[in-house]
Amino acid sequence: MAYKTIVEDNIDILVAGAGLGGTGAAFEARFWGQDKKIIIAEKANIDRSGAVAQGLYAINCYMGTRFGENNPEDHVRYARIDLMGMVREDLLFDMARHVDSTVHQFEEWGLPIMRDKEKGNYLREGRWQIMIHGESYKPIVAEAAKKSADKVYNRVCVTHLLMDEAKENRVAGAVGFNVRTGDFHVFKSKAVICGAGGASNIFKPRSVGEGAGRVWYAPWSSGSAYALMINAGAKMTQMENRIVLARFKDGYGPVGAYFLHLKTYTQNAYGEEYESKWFPDLQKMVGKEYLDPEVSHLTHRPIPTCLRNHTMISEVNAGRGPIHMVTMHSFQDPHLEEIGWHNFLGMTVGQAVLWAATDVDPKNENPELTTSEPYVMGSHATGCGAWCSGPEDLSPDEYFWGYNRMTTIEGLFGAGDAVGGTPHAFSSGSFTEGRLAAKAACRYIDDGKADGIRVSEGTIEKLKEEVFKPMEHYKLYRNEIVAGTVNPHYHNPRQSLDRLQKLMDEYGGGVSVNYMTNDKLLSIGLKKLKIMEEDLEKIAAEDLHELLRAWEVKHRHRASECVLQHTLFRKETRWPGYYYRGDAMKLDDENWHVLTVSRRDPETGGYTMEKAPLYHLVGEEEKAAAAE
Amino acid sequence: MPTFVYMTRCDGCGHCVDICPSDIMHIDETYRRAYNIEPDMCWECFSCVKACPQNAIDVRGYADFAPLGHSVRVDRDEEKGVIAWRIKFRNGEKDFSLLAPITTKPWGTGIPKLKDVPGPTQEQRDSELLYNEPKYIRMDEGGLHTLESNGLKMEAGVQY
Repeated sequence: MAYKTIVEDNIDILVAGAGLGGTGAAFEARFWGQDKKIIIAEKANIDRSGAVAQGLYAINCYMGTRFGENNPEDHVRYARIDLMGMVREDLLFDMARHVDSTVHQFEEWGLPIMRDKEKGNYLREGRWQIMIHGESYKPIVAEAAKKSADKVYNRVCVTHLLMDEAKENRVAGAVGFNVRTGDFHVFKSKAVICGAGGASNIFKPRSVGEGAGRVWYAPWSSGSAYALMINAGAKMTQMENRIVLARFKDGYGPVGAYFLHLKTYTQNAYGEEYESKWFPDLQKMVGKEYLDPEVSHLTHRPIPTCLRNHTMISEVNAGRGPIHMVTMHSFQDPHLEEIGWHNFLGMTVGQAVLWAATDVDPKNENPELTTSEPYVMGSHATGCGAWCSGPEDLSPDEYFWGYNRMTTIEGLFGAGDAVGGTPHAFSSGSFTEGRLAAKAACRYIDDGKADGIRVSEGTIEKLKEEVFKPMEHYKLYRNEIVAGTVNPHYHNPRQSLDRLQKLMDEYGGGVSVNYMTNDKLLSIGLKKLKIMEEDLEKIAAEDLHELLRAWEVKHRHRASECVLQHTLFRKETRWPGYYYRGDAMKLDDENWHVLTVSRRDPETGGYTMEKAPLYHLVGEEEKAAAAE
Repeated sequence: MPTFVYMTRCDGCGHCVDICPSDIMHIDETYRRAYNIEPDMCWECFSCVKACPQNAIDVRGYADFAPLGHSVRVDRDEEKGVIAWRIKFRNGEKDFSLLAPITTKPWGTGIPKLKDVPGPTQEQRDSELLYNEPKYIRMDEGGLHTLESNGLKMEAGVQY
């Protein structure tokens, strides 16, 4: 093979993927490991990579204990009800008790955080959100990571984790290729922190053709966080918990600031409030414990995001769509109008472009909303990811095996989308998780746990062959046809992605079936994914760019398989509005108040599914509720 | 709105190629100038637009839902620490500019080099504290929240 092999040996900490989680890990690792070798591998350029590449207009996770605003347990309770109980409360509490120190450092680094001029505290958008001028959020945190890392390998797409050959179930690094030069990179490392991303584009998007890039989560979020870890044999949790977003139509511009700060609200096509009329039936599905509008009204206990989605989906299905965001009142205030536009320019410019293109002035008309195709990720209002250890002082035995944020593979840590059961971390929480993982990884190394890792030349050669196989396959069969993309021997990456999206949409509960699936559909979907896996062995890449896309779709495929396995396992409808199990349309706390945990055997490809117990934080609030 | 590149402005410097998170800005081999090779994987994140020294890159709304005839232009200035936007509607009735800060400090100056700060003590290593903690949690002398300090327990079972 013509491409060079470049080996980076004796790494202590390899950060695989440097969005907010990875940059946090690289930054913090330097403090606890001042003499350690810290390397970043990132498939794009860390100055603009990951979900925050475009910027953000808010930090959605900030306690404000400094200003007496919230305690960590308040945030845990919020995430708990929002995710219908299914969260890892040890990990959430841990993230929440540290996240403010992350945000305070961001401010010191130059991130413009808005202040409430009268009170002096950060300007609140909502109870957990603070407003920032975050166009350069990512370049700023990337600067911090660069100052800490020994070397940053930009444009190196990590395809596989390397497993140790001296000790079973221990990580020894990763491999990947440079998307510009084609060099094959081998990173031999004592610990790996997986900071790769969740998955957009595994379910068919609403947009067609050119607009397919306008997905809610970044199109470069290829589910690599999950595929890398699943392929290595790590246990995963809550992978069924995909998320559907209610957003401005087509542009998928964010609604958080609109609801919370600008005080806009929704109504149906005929100007009516529609949510409350769906609540009685919905309450029968999920139980009063999860949906009690009266209590929510009195106590500000939020109505879970999925349930609000459900009312919107139901209203549209009843023929009273589209749903509108009522902006015409708020936008009469020129200050609020300006914030509305800044909000888009800071994080979803495309929505501003769309309104400019369609002459939508929210001062004069109420823009349309829609519900998106599903996404698989673990840092927004959902918690897909690896089954990780919590910290020693918080976690019950079932949740603790030595090192904070370590997966079930020794030496493999996670941050951001990679960690399961920790929704509502967002940008600041993901960075914080990276920091927690980095400290634990340094300790893991200092404890001698990574001593004697070994990777053979044979393994490296085998992986190199596998990584470049799509290009070899292309070369072999390309000239059998005159021209074009139709070849009996292979599919190209785009064709493979289209196939995956159609399959996931129709069998896994995508947008064209109104988020509905059942045991039969899921079983067929899994069968078809298995056959697709055979064809992915024959995927063809014309050049290095297509090789990147080939590996992205392979990663998306593996993540999808795990999603369907989990969805099939959880025989209930836990999150109406995210997806529905037609064969089990009710929430079932008796059998399913548990976390789902899977493991794919790397040898056989078979999945083992299990239930893990849910532990909740119990304090005065819970005791008072129980006493009622 | 996928990006496109004006032929007469691009000088082929490759800044956009270097920054694009989606790896879709490439140099055309015939013209030696940049172009978007895969519009349906473009997130309209504007990273390339902001990085272009020639202002050669612009965007045109996605063909499947955005009508022609609009404009969103941007000028990001790291030295001044600001970003300026200008939005023009298709019907010409709205044409406005917005300005926002992107940093409060000269680039990189507020970020510590952790190799050079005093290293952690054994006590810090054995604690649950991160760099700069507990100080930075509340910017006072308070400690880290624990189950005990907050009167909490972890209990198995159902809670809402």
